[in-house]
Amino acid sequence: MAALTPAAPPVTDAPAPARRPGRPRAGRGWRGAVLVIAAVYFLTPLLASFVFTVNDPVTGFTLDAYLEIFSAEGFVSSLLLSLGLAAATIVTVLVLTLPAMLAARLSAPRLRPVLEVLCTLPLVVPPITFVAGISTVLRWGPDYLATTPFYMTLIAVQNPSFPVVLVIANVVLALPFVYRALDAGLGAMDVRTLVEAARNCGASWPHVLLRVIIPNLKSGLASASFLTLALVLGEYTVARLLGFQPFSVWIVTISGSNAAMSVAVSIFSLLLTWLLLLVLSTAGTRRRRQS
Amino acid sequence: MNGAQVEFRGLRRAFGTTVALDGLDLTVAPGELIALLGPSGCGKTTALRCVAGFETPDAGAVLVGGEDITRVPANRRDAGMVFQSYSLFPNLNARDNVAFGMRVRKVPAAKRHARAAELLELVGLPSQGGRYPHQLSGGQQQRVALARALALEPSVLLLDEPLSALDAKVRVTLREEIRRLQLSLGITTIFVTHDQEEALSVADHVAVLKDGRLEQVGTPAEVYDRPATPFVAEFVGTMNHLPGRLDGDQVEVIGQRLPVHGEVPAGPDVDVLVRPETVLVTAAHDGDAEVVTASFRGASVRLRLRLADGTEVLADLPGHDATRLGPGGRAFLRLVRRPVLVAPRATAPAKVPAAGV
Repeated sequence: MAALTPAAPPVTDAPAPARRPGRPRAGRGWRGAVLVIAAVYFLTPLLASFVFTVNDPVTGFTLDAYLEIFSAEGFVSSLLLSLGLAAATIVTVLVLTLPAMLAARLSAPRLRPVLEVLCTLPLVVPPITFVAGISTVLRWGPDYLATTPFYMTLIAVQNPSFPVVLVIANVVLALPFVYRALDAGLGAMDVRTLVEAARNCGASWPHVLLRVIIPNLKSGLASASFLTLALVLGEYTVARLLGFQPFSVWIVTISGSNAAMSVAVSIFSLLLTWLLLLVLSTAGTRRRRQS
Repeated sequence: MNGAQVEFRGLRRAFGTTVALDGLDLTVAPGELIALLGPSGCGKTTALRCVAGFETPDAGAVLVGGEDITRVPANRRDAGMVFQSYSLFPNLNARDNVAFGMRVRKVPAAKRHARAAELLELVGLPSQGGRYPHQLSGGQQQRVALARALALEPSVLLLDEPLSALDAKVRVTLREEIRRLQLSLGITTIFVTHDQEEALSVADHVAVLKDGRLEQVGTPAEVYDRPATPFVAEFVGTMNHLPGRLDGDQVEVIGQRLPVHGEVPAGPDVDVLVRPETVLVTAAHDGDAEVVTASFRGASVRLRLRLADGTEVLADLPGHDATRLGPGGRAFLRLVRRPVLVAPRATAPAKVPAAGV
């Protein structure tokens, strides 16, 4: 609460200058107050963490904790694994959902509620239940199947250097967010008319998808992608319980050995995620402005 | 003539329990502009979409240039379409929208740009090629859509209420331009509309549809002057329903005997269908009709008159003739001597014609 004190002046300040066009002034004042409160709420823990990582009680200011990250064992591999998983998840989930949603919109509107419920379902199933199911399936592999491709598939998806099973799990977890983002994007354009106009101009279905739908769905695709990215980078439960080590699991593992470094890693991962989101969103908007 | 003949053969299409097309038979001659006219839900748009390939009929066939195209996918049909809602690709500028179809067919860039510029000029937008759809007005967007529909030199042009989203003035100029373009290109055009004025003013033939069936097809003058059925009479233009009494092949209506045109119903009591412009009004102090309302329309005035027996009659007369006929004025009514259409007496008591167009 002490941190709130500096926020107080703008709040009390706002109503004081009773300017003529009172409403916008007061509105701006309130907006500022909300912004300050939100900023305090989010930035205080971050700043506190940052101070904790750079302040050594003995030597004073030091960036050792950050430098340590890069030399720590498993950092690069786990980060690359997470990014790889994120990329694979984004591609898979978009390839699965976009054609399905288009098909439902264009030729089976009555299936739309079904699709919506299916895609929202992962929100209500706790990840822990989900992972319990997955691990049961993965463990199930009777000996008489040992020589079949099925059994080998079960083994292959669990390859620790690139666990496909995590991509599958992440796709399911990302479905609700991707569905919402794409649904909003598709809702913003007259899909049926655009598709029919393109078909009328002689475009085949792949052409319609690539040249008409995707260029006009950029913001929807971008927000679906970065929601998925954020989700995959932060996903812990499934990866941990299946015994893989992407970035989020690695952070928890490393935090046991070095307190300052574990916090430094958290801040680092936060900045990294922000950076990636920023890149994705600016890429989306720049292309839109260009067009 | 670049146009092809379009033929609908026994076209049927049902959506669940709603029958949109119920055995439509219609032939469109090469190079003509035919208007499919009817109230909403009469199947006119469904018929058009069957030609475009967006709808597959349950039965029957669509023939273009004598070839059955009923099962041909939409992207391999030779028909350009302009949609009711704005259908330009938002991510492309006007030029690229027009060139879209040529790009699909891999026409070289230089050639398709030249052709797009030519088409934009044709639709009156020579300098707007670089603009994006959101920078164009509704009328301009529909012009670009028209250019896009013509870009691949189709043998049929399909217009699905292309003017209904535009304001009145633009609507009139654009429909005239569409007609001018259509005549100069000689392209077979099917124009779907629910606006009878639009249909009558631009089409070579008007096909009036009702409940998925063809009610009448004919030139605008035929459809207006000799409606084949009471429905057509009612839908195209405004109609008075006057009580009349059949007597052989003549009918007695407000003190006059007129020959009956078309089918003669059974009962002696009938409704006589009379256009407002065929009602002649003569102002007179001792006239048997009283003016209830008079609405001035510039060139003409529409009067609503009440006869002694309570029947209300709409009459159109030239604006300058009506100066003495304000509400409350009295007049004599007479009908132009020509064959009239009669319908069986509707049981509904009030026979007040709608004051529509």
